[in-house]
Amino acid sequence: MQVSYNWLNEYVDISDYDPKDLGEALTMSGSNVEHIKYLGEKMDNRIVTGKIKTKKSHPNADKLWIYEVDIKTDVLQIVSGAGNIEEGNIVPVALPGCCLPNGQKITEAEFRGEKSQGMMCSPRELELDLKIVPENQQHGILILPDDTPIGESFKEVMGFDDYVFEFEITSNRPDCLSIIGIARETAATLGRKMKYPMVNLPEGKGNARDMVGVQIKDEQLCPRYTARIVDNVKIGPSPLWLQNKLRSAGIRPINNIVDITNFVMLETGQPLHAFDYSCLKGRQIIVRRAQKNEKITTLDGKERVLDEDILVIADSEGPVGIAGVMGGLNSEITSETKTVLLESANFYHANIRETSKKLGLRTEASTRFEKGLDPELALEASNRFVQLVDELNAGEIVKGVIDVYPVKPKINKIKLRFKRANQLLGTDISPEEMIEMLERLEIKIVEKGDSYVIAEPPSFRNNDLTRETDLIEEIARLYGYDKIKPTLPTGETTAGKINYRDRIIDKTKYILNSCGLNEIITSSFTGPKAFETIKLKEDSYQRAVKIKNPLGEDQSLMRTTLIPHMLDIITYNLNKMIEKARFFEVGTIYIAKQLPLKDLPKEERILSIGMAGECDFYSLKGVVETLLESLRIRDYKFSPFEHPSFHPGRTALLKIKDEIAGVMGEIHPDVMENYDIAERVYIGEFKLEKIIDYTDLKYKYEPLPRYPAVNRDIAVLVKDEILADTVKDCIQQTAGEIIEEIKLFDVYKGKQIPVGYKSLAFSIKYRSHERTLTDEEVNQIHKKIIKTLENKLNAKLRM
Amino acid sequence: MKEKLEQLRKEAIEKLKKVTDKVSLDKIRIEYLGKKGEITKILRDMGNLPPSERPIMGKLANELRNEIQQRIEDAFERIKEFEKEKRLKQEIIDVTLPGKRHVIGKKHPLSLILDEIKTFFVGLGYEVVEGPEIEFDYYNFEALNTPADHPARDEQDTFYITENILLRTQTSPVQVRVMESRKPPLKIIAPGRVYRADTVDATHSPVFHQVETLAVGKNLTLGDLKGTLIEFAKFLFGPKRKVRFRPHFFPFTEPSAEFDISCNVCNGKGCRVCSYSGWLEILGCGMVHPRVLEMAGYDPQEVSGFAVGMGVERIAMLKYGIDDLRLFFENDMRFLKQF
Repeated sequence: MQVSYNWLNEYVDISDYDPKDLGEALTMSGSNVEHIKYLGEKMDNRIVTGKIKTKKSHPNADKLWIYEVDIKTDVLQIVSGAGNIEEGNIVPVALPGCCLPNGQKITEAEFRGEKSQGMMCSPRELELDLKIVPENQQHGILILPDDTPIGESFKEVMGFDDYVFEFEITSNRPDCLSIIGIARETAATLGRKMKYPMVNLPEGKGNARDMVGVQIKDEQLCPRYTARIVDNVKIGPSPLWLQNKLRSAGIRPINNIVDITNFVMLETGQPLHAFDYSCLKGRQIIVRRAQKNEKITTLDGKERVLDEDILVIADSEGPVGIAGVMGGLNSEITSETKTVLLESANFYHANIRETSKKLGLRTEASTRFEKGLDPELALEASNRFVQLVDELNAGEIVKGVIDVYPVKPKINKIKLRFKRANQLLGTDISPEEMIEMLERLEIKIVEKGDSYVIAEPPSFRNNDLTRETDLIEEIARLYGYDKIKPTLPTGETTAGKINYRDRIIDKTKYILNSCGLNEIITSSFTGPKAFETIKLKEDSYQRAVKIKNPLGEDQSLMRTTLIPHMLDIITYNLNKMIEKARFFEVGTIYIAKQLPLKDLPKEERILSIGMAGECDFYSLKGVVETLLESLRIRDYKFSPFEHPSFHPGRTALLKIKDEIAGVMGEIHPDVMENYDIAERVYIGEFKLEKIIDYTDLKYKYEPLPRYPAVNRDIAVLVKDEILADTVKDCIQQTAGEIIEEIKLFDVYKGKQIPVGYKSLAFSIKYRSHERTLTDEEVNQIHKKIIKTLENKLNAKLRM
Repeated sequence: MKEKLEQLRKEAIEKLKKVTDKVSLDKIRIEYLGKKGEITKILRDMGNLPPSERPIMGKLANELRNEIQQRIEDAFERIKEFEKEKRLKQEIIDVTLPGKRHVIGKKHPLSLILDEIKTFFVGLGYEVVEGPEIEFDYYNFEALNTPADHPARDEQDTFYITENILLRTQTSPVQVRVMESRKPPLKIIAPGRVYRADTVDATHSPVFHQVETLAVGKNLTLGDLKGTLIEFAKFLFGPKRKVRFRPHFFPFTEPSAEFDISCNVCNGKGCRVCSYSGWLEILGCGMVHPRVLEMAGYDPQEVSGFAVGMGVERIAMLKYGIDDLRLFFENDMRFLKQF
């Protein structure tokens, strides 16, 4: 909402307030000023208004004109290339010595032998916002309204010597989407008197009721409809003051009738609509729901297909406008219009919002209606309209108003307890002060008790002020939030907590950071393409939770895996020439229990780890092992696995205590081809809940070993397909508890090793907790191990 | 004989003065004191002397042996010291060469900020809780005093899954879930992911993060809310930043407020970053609306509460001076490494 300082000053005296101070005061009372703009920035006062006296062609140049321009104190000769202006036009003239907004200095000059004492300006040269310049004046010299005084500063005459406040209006205050609304707030904030515009209704002739009938078919969607008629309208330009006001609000002047409707809307907040009366068939206005597939072409020239949830204004034959949103082209005001029917009505906010959304059509009117307007406003605005039409001589008012207002809303009665207010705010405001503040806001006190009052809000706040707490807020904001003393809560305390699960997640992050992995955060969205890219079948994403109104196909599903996200980030970084990509993410996946969704889906925490560049499968596995060991998870196992996204020979399944906890491996070359990445990428995806379940941080001291360990190495030759873990398990099982640790320290293939075989070398640490082991004992066990390996796995001892 | 001893002494002293390494020193020791050494020989030949000279000569020879022994030891110490000095000199390194570093990874800046926020509120007795991201309309809107026809619904473009299941647009539904299952007094902080149908740009993302805090108890006041937030701002942004607490509107709080800190780019004078206001909004808050308390089964005459909602991205941007929200989700290592 844009509000001009000068305009505001007409309703409440703020002339002693600096715009910045005023802005701060209003922000602190709840009308947040987002910024303040001076309209005449860079506009030199030596740009003045001048009237063209004569126009003639330049004797020595085909494309130049010589003008005589009256600037009241002088008559200047100006040479110009622009020919769009004629004798009698009033135009902006930049005098010699002045500076244009773009920095260009104007000097007296000579063009082909003719002197030129200044320059007439176009809207672009003045750096005007083209949105507020009449459409036919976007090119050539700007022509000002005929009632513009001459010889004056252009900036002042055009109302640019003014500040504009940009307000953030919250959804509970549609009444503030108007100059009067902001003026009321200003008056209440500063404790000053509000000066409402005086409305003197012109008498008028004839009787509007004889000319049109109004019927509301749906009272819920249209609580009030008023109509007035203006006859013999004289469409023409508006006077300068009116044009200036519209411009200060960022609205382009069009013609007197349209400008007045816009002016009244800006001033009161009530959107008005003017129909060409002659186009209304059957002298009827019917406010009704549209029929299914009923059509209307709106003012913007687009055909709209309607349905039963859309409210239309219709005549006896069909729709002439979409209620509260936009009028129909069939009843548009044109230069031919003789008689105008003015609609000032009230529509149900939620319905207008729905319609506006459905049609993708947001207008000045709909943005106001969809917030919920005061039905009382409808008649006030209509009165203001006819008053201005009369004053500006834009037409003849037909006597009478048609006002269909079936149910007048009941005004709330709200009890306010003084003690309660102070209790909730932590203040000590006296009852008198509270009452005074409420009255400043036009809230009526209808009953006064010792400890309370009963108050009635003004009609324009009736939707917003419904209960005690609403009044308490009004008191708080007028009292000043800045005056409220900051305290810390006293009374019963609570224990601060971070739960076990979050602490484990935090520890997990800490361990992974220590392993050199960077934490990433990615979007929860995914799309069918992402599943295909990682070679998952169609049914895998058909089970994903689907968004009804996604931003796009690629963001239409809730993710069920983090693999594509990890791949995206790795790819992004490799493409940025980062050599070692090391990442992890703690993210959520969303698993529907049934589709279509009836209950909330399961939200599962996933740990995703990814790396590329100077690493291999075992780098990834090492990180995972480090994590599991650090969380003191003991019973875990990796085994070969197949997964469509992964390399068939380089994928492992992680199980903790026989429960599946994740999958990891090298990403399938086909997938990498889809990403157009030559680097090998390793990714693991783990169920964080399982990891948390098996984490054991109940540390317990174990006595340090009292007897020495005996180390023995063993190297065996086994067939390629025999897994290292199988050999290891076999050793462990054979020897039992006497083995403290088995470490694989070498895998060898090549010279001296037959094809299809590999050599595995283990270092075994034996220890007893009861005594020192003898060489003899260890040798015996060692021999037994060798024998078992030979028998069970066909292993051969290497010496 | 005496002269010979003196001669030996001079010779030995001279040699020991010149010796600079342990091997040569050992040779000298053997030459004089070894089994076949000069002095050993003299002592051994002592029997050939007349008995009357024996005691004197024996004494002199022994003295000489002791002296040379001592001098050899001294020379040994000297050589050891010398060799140590030599080694130390040889071992000088360039301490400005790079160290052998351990590459550690970094936490995401959003996690860092979240950790700080949690630390502050946990210290004040808040418990960290979570709620679902895919939520019922009821919890996200209805129970937060935002029924279907409420104009405030407009301000948040919502992603829907079904008619009544949506992606939560705020972390506030966690308030309701907690109140439904617990009795006051309670203090909770609920961080999490939220969604709004905004297209991505430098300040918007359809997926972002919020932190919600809620305190409910007897006699909690707007002053308590203000006091809590002033401490919070000091904790997060340092004691020098100015703060501003000003009225605002949210359907689920009344009175409502927004909380600003002074712009650190212009120190409150007004610049592009703060759109010339001198202030940066960091959060929204207010006293829990009595309707919300009622819907959760609390009696607003008995208890009151205050709630705070803040955007984690926004706070991270303000604190770290990040000017584009997209950086958080691009996860460029060069960005992540900075934190």
